[in-house]
Amino acid sequence: MSAATQPVNPARLFVREQRALQDPNWIKWSLIAIALSFIGLFICLPLGLVIFQAFSKGIATYWSALAQDDTVAAIKLTLLTAIITVPLNTVFGVAAAWAITQFEFPGKSLLTTLIDLPFSVSPVISGFIFVLLFGAQGWFGEWLNAHDVKIIFAVPGIVLATLFITFPFVARQLIPLMQEMGNQEEEAALSLGASGWKTFWAVTIPNIKWALLYGVLLCNARAMGEFGAVSVVSGHIRGVTNTLPLHVEVNYNDYDVVGAFAGASILAALAIVTLILKTALEWRQANR
Amino acid sequence: MSILLSNISKKFGTFAALDQINLEIPEGELVALLGPSGCGKTTLLRIIAGLESADEGRVLISGQDKTDHDVSQRGIGFVFQHYALFRHMTVFENVAFGLRVKSRRERPSEAIIRKKVHDLLNLVQLDWLHDRYPDQLSGGQRQRIALARALAVEPSVLLLDEPFGALDAGVRKDLRQWLRNLHHDLNVTSIFVTHDQEEAMEVASQVVVLNHGHIEQQGTPSDIYDHPSNEFVSKFIGQTNVFNLEEHDADWLQTAGLPTTHQKGRVAHVRPHDIVIAKSTDDNDAFVILKDWQHLGSLIRIELVKSSVNGQSASVYAEMPNDQFRRLQLNKGDKVDLRIRHAHWFH
Repeated sequence: MSAATQPVNPARLFVREQRALQDPNWIKWSLIAIALSFIGLFICLPLGLVIFQAFSKGIATYWSALAQDDTVAAIKLTLLTAIITVPLNTVFGVAAAWAITQFEFPGKSLLTTLIDLPFSVSPVISGFIFVLLFGAQGWFGEWLNAHDVKIIFAVPGIVLATLFITFPFVARQLIPLMQEMGNQEEEAALSLGASGWKTFWAVTIPNIKWALLYGVLLCNARAMGEFGAVSVVSGHIRGVTNTLPLHVEVNYNDYDVVGAFAGASILAALAIVTLILKTALEWRQANR
Repeated sequence: MSILLSNISKKFGTFAALDQINLEIPEGELVALLGPSGCGKTTLLRIIAGLESADEGRVLISGQDKTDHDVSQRGIGFVFQHYALFRHMTVFENVAFGLRVKSRRERPSEAIIRKKVHDLLNLVQLDWLHDRYPDQLSGGQRQRIALARALAVEPSVLLLDEPFGALDAGVRKDLRQWLRNLHHDLNVTSIFVTHDQEEAMEVASQVVVLNHGHIEQQGTPSDIYDHPSNEFVSKFIGQTNVFNLEEHDADWLQTAGLPTTHQKGRVAHVRPHDIVIAKSTDDNDAFVILKDWQHLGSLIRIELVKSSVNGQSASVYAEMPNDQFRRLQLNKGDKVDLRIRHAHWFH
């Protein structure tokens, strides 16, 4: 019987339950007030300000700021980076989660720890790793220079840095879920004559698809929003190696407030869309 | 189909899970692999299935060497302890899975799949659940669906890993009987793993007792019960009283009817129903005290205490039918004479 059809005991409506763990009302309401005002002050207000500043000189100025060549180039570069890194990290993430949860091999716990490395290292350091490897004075710098391959201060560097930073998102979503599910369904599928490939698509993927989508979503949000690591390897060349977050900073430093906030409004919109999708996915998972 | 295992060994690290296992299972049997947890029984089943590979030894199914075949090519059906139903598929799709993943050439037509799945669901008496999802079923229903799913590919051998382990006691009893009947109807060679000796004796036509990666004994349930080949089997199967001649008073055992003059071993195992008791006549010095009793349905289990010379008291258990016990008109604390009718001797 569902909760809605259950008869309500009328007495229960008037008797306030006094539970042992129930705090007095003033504590309850002051905690709620603190939480709400914190969110308002540090999250909603800045977000509103971004929109307000973006439109402070009218919609026309806003559009023209967005239509600038440099802005369009920055948006394109950001999209390109995401289009390359998100699918790659989805494949890497699934492969890593599969390896960690299905197989026993030496170095497994090391791999599990290393997956989290990009989370624990400051993004600036991540950027510097690539400069040290591929920069003019880096390990491969001379060789790359001799073969006329540009990685640092060019698009490949930005993609590499983003790839590194966003690597854990998909794997981190999948590993706990796949560990909890175990591999008995896969074993059952194999015992029924299915190939490994078929088992993966027919049994594993349907079981992990929502967690996978969730991981891809978070990975995408970070790929588009990453600043620190990309800032180090990009070189800030307007219209060429500026992603949207870098473009915002450059404009702001040039006192182009509308330009900066117009760019920022796009990133903010991306964040809001991500949040909505994330909530929808969570709701979908909870109501399955 | 018959199964032949020769010299199967498996180590996990330094732990020898299976050590030189040789086992032959004739066609059509329903075999229980019985043993305490950690004895290697599940590992052995998984090696037969091909879900685990042996370090040494060969697996032959109906004469063909399947050692190097993948689990998907062994023609076995496997039923998991926790069912392992595909949670995102309906009951129908679960059972149809094995047919749908066949190569295009071998795959039956949709109509044949449909008929076959419904036939199997009828066989396990759950056709009315065909459009449900696994999480809408009870444990017993899930296990029957898992069995139907395994049978869909017409396996030559059916392997069941603790099939009733996760079920309630009542459901378990029903399913045991049901599995026995099903096996009788289908006559497919089946092996199931269990740690429950009662279950093994009740369901199986052959019991293989395992301990520490060795086979202790193989035989029919009555063989194993009546002629245990060693102390472990005797203790593991059913209840038994252990009399160690080095610790027990030999004279006392002699009086109790256990001849110790030409003893056949160091230790005597006596089944509770092989002990007969009667009210003591006072001049007998072999008496024991009746301490307590418990009702086991149609039987009574009687706990007898014998004070030994060094002051330690050891309990001896006897079993007899209810009405027989009532006729003896015994009370707690009564002196009782005891006679041992039969014992198994071990060295």
